[in-house]
Amino acid sequence: MRLGVVLFPGSNCEQDVVHAAHELGIGAEYVWHGDTDLAGFDALVLPGGFSYGDYIRCGAVARFSPVMSEVVRFAERGGPVMGICNGFQILTEAHLLPGALLRNTGLKFICHPQPLRAERSVCHWVNLPEGTVVDIPVNHNEGNYYCDAETLERLNANGQVVLRYCEPDGSRAPGGSAPNGALDDIAGICNERGNVFGLMPHPERAVDPLVGTTDGRPFFTTVMARLAEVAG
Amino acid sequence: MRDDLPADLAPRLAEELGLKLSEYEHVVEILGRTPTVTELYMYSLMWSEHCSYKHSRKSLRMFPTEGPAVLQGPGENAGVIGVGDGWAVAFKMESHNHPSAIEPYQGAATGVGGIIRDIFTMGARPIASLNSLRFGTLDKPRQRYLFEGAVAGIGGYGNCLGVPTVGGEVYFEEAYEGNCLINAMAIGLMREEDLMLAVAAGPGNLIVLIGSTTGRDGIGGASVLASQEFDEKAEDKRPSVQVGDPFTEKLLIEACLELLQRDLLVALGDLGAAGLTSSASEMASRGGVGLEIDVTLVPQREDAMKPFEIMVSESQERMLAVVTPEKLGEVQDICEHWGLPATVIGQVTDTGRFVIREGDEVVGDMPAATLAHDAPIYDPPAERPAYLDELQRFDPLSELDHPGGVEMLTATLFDLLASPNICSRRWIWEQYDHQVMLNTVVLPGSDAAVLRIGMPGRGEVTERAIAASSDCNGRYCYLDPYTGAQIAVAEAARNVACAGGRPAAITDCLNFGSPEKPEVFWTFTESIRGMADACRAWEVPVISGNVSFYNESFGQPIYPTPTVGLVGVLEDVAHHTTLGFKQAGDVVVLLGETGAELGGSEYLKVVHETVAGLPPRVDLDAEAALREVLLAAIGEGIVRSAHDCSEGGIAVALAESCIAGAVGADIHLGDELPPVAELFSETQGRVVVTVAEDAVERLFELAFEAAVPFAVIGTVGGEVLRIEGLVEAGVVEMSDVFEGALAGLVHPEETIATEELREG
Amino acid sequence: MARYEVYVTYKQGIFDPPGATAERALANLGYEGIQSVKIGKYIQIEADAGLETVREMCERLLANPVIEDYRIVTEGEA
Repeated sequence: MRLGVVLFPGSNCEQDVVHAAHELGIGAEYVWHGDTDLAGFDALVLPGGFSYGDYIRCGAVARFSPVMSEVVRFAERGGPVMGICNGFQILTEAHLLPGALLRNTGLKFICHPQPLRAERSVCHWVNLPEGTVVDIPVNHNEGNYYCDAETLERLNANGQVVLRYCEPDGSRAPGGSAPNGALDDIAGICNERGNVFGLMPHPERAVDPLVGTTDGRPFFTTVMARLAEVAG
Repeated sequence: MRDDLPADLAPRLAEELGLKLSEYEHVVEILGRTPTVTELYMYSLMWSEHCSYKHSRKSLRMFPTEGPAVLQGPGENAGVIGVGDGWAVAFKMESHNHPSAIEPYQGAATGVGGIIRDIFTMGARPIASLNSLRFGTLDKPRQRYLFEGAVAGIGGYGNCLGVPTVGGEVYFEEAYEGNCLINAMAIGLMREEDLMLAVAAGPGNLIVLIGSTTGRDGIGGASVLASQEFDEKAEDKRPSVQVGDPFTEKLLIEACLELLQRDLLVALGDLGAAGLTSSASEMASRGGVGLEIDVTLVPQREDAMKPFEIMVSESQERMLAVVTPEKLGEVQDICEHWGLPATVIGQVTDTGRFVIREGDEVVGDMPAATLAHDAPIYDPPAERPAYLDELQRFDPLSELDHPGGVEMLTATLFDLLASPNICSRRWIWEQYDHQVMLNTVVLPGSDAAVLRIGMPGRGEVTERAIAASSDCNGRYCYLDPYTGAQIAVAEAARNVACAGGRPAAITDCLNFGSPEKPEVFWTFTESIRGMADACRAWEVPVISGNVSFYNESFGQPIYPTPTVGLVGVLEDVAHHTTLGFKQAGDVVVLLGETGAELGGSEYLKVVHETVAGLPPRVDLDAEAALREVLLAAIGEGIVRSAHDCSEGGIAVALAESCIAGAVGADIHLGDELPPVAELFSETQGRVVVTVAEDAVERLFELAFEAAVPFAVIGTVGGEVLRIEGLVEAGVVEMSDVFEGALAGLVHPEETIATEELREG
Repeated sequence: MARYEVYVTYKQGIFDPPGATAERALANLGYEGIQSVKIGKYIQIEADAGLETVREMCERLLANPVIEDYRIVTEGEA
């Protein structure tokens, strides 16, 4: 199984994703944003960072990179795509995922460990039992998820909400548990089909035990196991 | 040669540009004629304090700069040491004080950008940054504006680059109210063989400018601002502050490292203060060659720029490379891949002259080496400040009434934990990406940051690590610069040792007032003497650094602030150690001995609003012995936690270890000293460690052999920090106060609009 | 060559934290009767392009229709 890690100018977590994949025995290679050949990749990750300096809007320029039309085609064929942080922002700008990521309500960049609660979802990348709490760092300035009421209803109804920000015990505070003001505490969502997944937290930072928890491991291994199964 | 400056006007322009008459005359003597406008600008900037170190150069010779691990000492863009197995780290600290006092966000951001460029110029990938900040007290709205802006700027730039900001320090003191300090330190990693120097060579080789376009921004910015005193006119200088573009810098990092990896460059230098002038002339003088540059070839972002403007512009995110003609195509291809222009603007010559052309016309023609090396060296008078006698005579124990009893002493501990100079810095470092690159083993908030050596994304992971800390207590330096500067080195070394690192080398950023004032200059030379003696005794060389003079406002200098950035090496990353107590039942040991030393302490400031007395003394041998014991014990794997005693004394150190570990402790201290001295003395050479009960004897042996004072002072456990007869404090309550204090100070009830804050 | 000025603002109903912060700060400074403060983006374009093309630029890149509205002012019309 090969993981393609798409590198945009200004991406800065691509090496971390590759390291995480290698720690888990997953083959991973970089894909330059100007390339248009995704042959041989079984899954794609759009890593975090500041593609094009986050100028105009986070992800707004990157979505027009040559590689993105191929990413859209890959996703349409059912190929698994995960967007982490800036990658999530790019996926919403490219309309592969609904909604948008607004500036954190506190108007500050935030970088800290964050408890997250797995929801029951159709996501191909995660199959943690509902209510499982994982501890994975967040690291962003624009992570405040927003969508209109109708979209939110649809996300909930279709099992597209994958992760929610929560308290350490898994509960959600009455005023919201999101550190960034995200709507309905949403930290990660997937498309209806479940193959395209975007999340603000950084699972690649929670793989190597020397530098964090290992709670991020399932975010890479699950989809690989699933692909292996399909491949027979 | 265009003769565009009448001989009678030249000296007047020279004076306006900050050259002394004697300096101007020296320029005329070098050239044998009246300088052109371009030449005069170039000399005035290169001979400014900021670029030439004309007042400090002589004193800096006191520093030891050599050692077995040193691969590159001072004089290059950054110093470099070997850290084992062929790996090397480059590091340096630099000030960006004056730009930040005018526009804190951009000032701090471009400070980070500049120091990062110094690192990758050496061929090293930037892997971490730290910063050392000083502001006035946070009860003043403008100080909050400066502090918040600087923190946001450091984060805004560093986060975008993907270089983790892993540590630093901040103090709030009245002395910095009119002149904040923003010292940025960066660390880079490389293989020893990849070390690159900014030495131009090979006549006929091309000079290539890579990166952003050149505009009028920051003409004379850093160099002029940093070379004169700060006053109410400073606000007018706002247009000369540069705006940072971290996105372009990120591309520059990737492009330049790729160019170096493929061995396509003869030399590489960054454009910092004095822009093209400084970068090019330093490269030329190091290589003993000449250069010819045509300013019309420089990509410009503004119309009708004059040659001197192009030569001295401080537009950010630009690099200068020397390339052989046959490799130019490949160089330009790689730059284009990263979306960066790479433009030939001139060539290396064998004349030894720095020739500036505007098309066909020569507008400057100078002996290249004279710009970088012929600045006058001054030996200003130094005089011990008269105020010192009275300050040092003050005896805190006898001249003041001190709190006593468990209740009052506990309340005092809480006051100290809430002090802006002691409380948790979480509010700051949670705005910085401190984890990207997946090497940050010990996160901010401990004694020192620990970074694994390796490039995990390329499958290169080692067992080694480095630890880094930046330190300086300006109050100590004000009361006794020699001792204060030694404490800065001692504390940085102790912090690094507490994390498990063996101190290897330091960088420094020496922030002082005007060197033309004898009393200030005395504090400068004393500080250097103090640091140099400590560095020599401990064989920790100074491999890079920066001097920032004229840190004054309305005639009042800041506290002497010789900031130290120290890097140490861990042979085995598994042995990294943190400050938090780990396990109930662990035994708490104090290595070192407490003395009655409250002079210059945080206790005196917080409780008595006094800054006086003698700072704690430093015993160079005892410090070294303490570190050896600590490192030996950590190396044997018996140390569960280690935390040095600094501001706030052992009481604060114990409280911090409790808070970090979310567990209490039962402690018994001696009763030889008055209670406030036992608790809050800032005596140097002390570390609180915890070990499992069965390891106490081994630790005692190690300490005994090295004659390091050893005392079992208690055990870890419970939910309360109990210091028998002195303190009774719940860990949760301490944590709430400690963690919440800074946010509370920055965001008091009233929000005030930015505009008003700008007005001051 | 035509000159356009584009104003990008959050759609009605989308929380605008910078705007809300400015609103609170102005109230704290004693300004009364403030209904709302919105903070947006201002973009200046000089191009050989018609209004339709500029509108397309906004739809595709300069504004995000999910969260933002935009208004184009052609030089001389303002």
